[in-house]
Amino acid sequence: MEITLFHYLSLAALLFVIGVFGIFLNRKNIIVILMSIELMLLAVNINFVAFSAWLEDLHGQVFAMFILTVAAAEAAIGLAILVTFFRNKGQILVEDLSELKG
Amino acid sequence: MILAIVYVGAVAVLFLFVVMMLDVDFEGLRKGAMQYVPLGLIIGLVLLIELGFLYSSWSFADGAPLALAANMEEGARSNTHALGEILYTQYVFPFQVSGLILLVAMIGAITLTLRHRTGVKKQNINKQVGTNPSDAVELIKVKSGTGV
Repeated sequence: MEITLFHYLSLAALLFVIGVFGIFLNRKNIIVILMSIELMLLAVNINFVAFSAWLEDLHGQVFAMFILTVAAAEAAIGLAILVTFFRNKGQILVEDLSELKG
Repeated sequence: MILAIVYVGAVAVLFLFVVMMLDVDFEGLRKGAMQYVPLGLIIGLVLLIELGFLYSSWSFADGAPLALAANMEEGARSNTHALGEILYTQYVFPFQVSGLILLVAMIGAITLTLRHRTGVKKQNINKQVGTNPSDAVELIKVKSGTGV
């Protein structure tokens, strides 16, 4: 069976929906929310690369690269905030996050 | 492709590291998560159906693929080569900005997690370099037969 554009798009849609579902399911665990955001970004990336390959246009791949950069920065900062937050509170609950200021 | 694999591996290891470092009570976190399943399922299903509609019915305008700016020229050069050619010319400013974003993220992560603990003996290089031999050793003339 040949892998067509449709298969890539379905995979990306499934991954994106899994990400959204993860955010809705996990109202307490921040780590899982960060993972879900990462999953959604990667799903969008799959879309970009699939269309880029299908159209034979390279701009999509360049854009995917920039998305990867921003996603990496976001993950690093988010996890760093999480580590400091855990150090101060001793637990990571989404409800406590409203105490963050500044 | 390799870039994506390396990226995903790095982020996965980062997450693993944080999960390992934070000794989180996952059982307590999991409690009460099940009440959101219906809502999540409904929203996920709606989103999936919308995406399905979108994928089954989209189309391109006439001649849109011909108007593309960066064609790949199948077979003429490798994908990496072609990507580099537009990344370092047309996209050089966003490329630099993304480098800056990574730098800022790195500095931010380090400053956030850096901890100044009190009561830890640390090397103070200023003090160490600034010492004089005259401060360090005091020569005392001791008369023989008496103590210092």
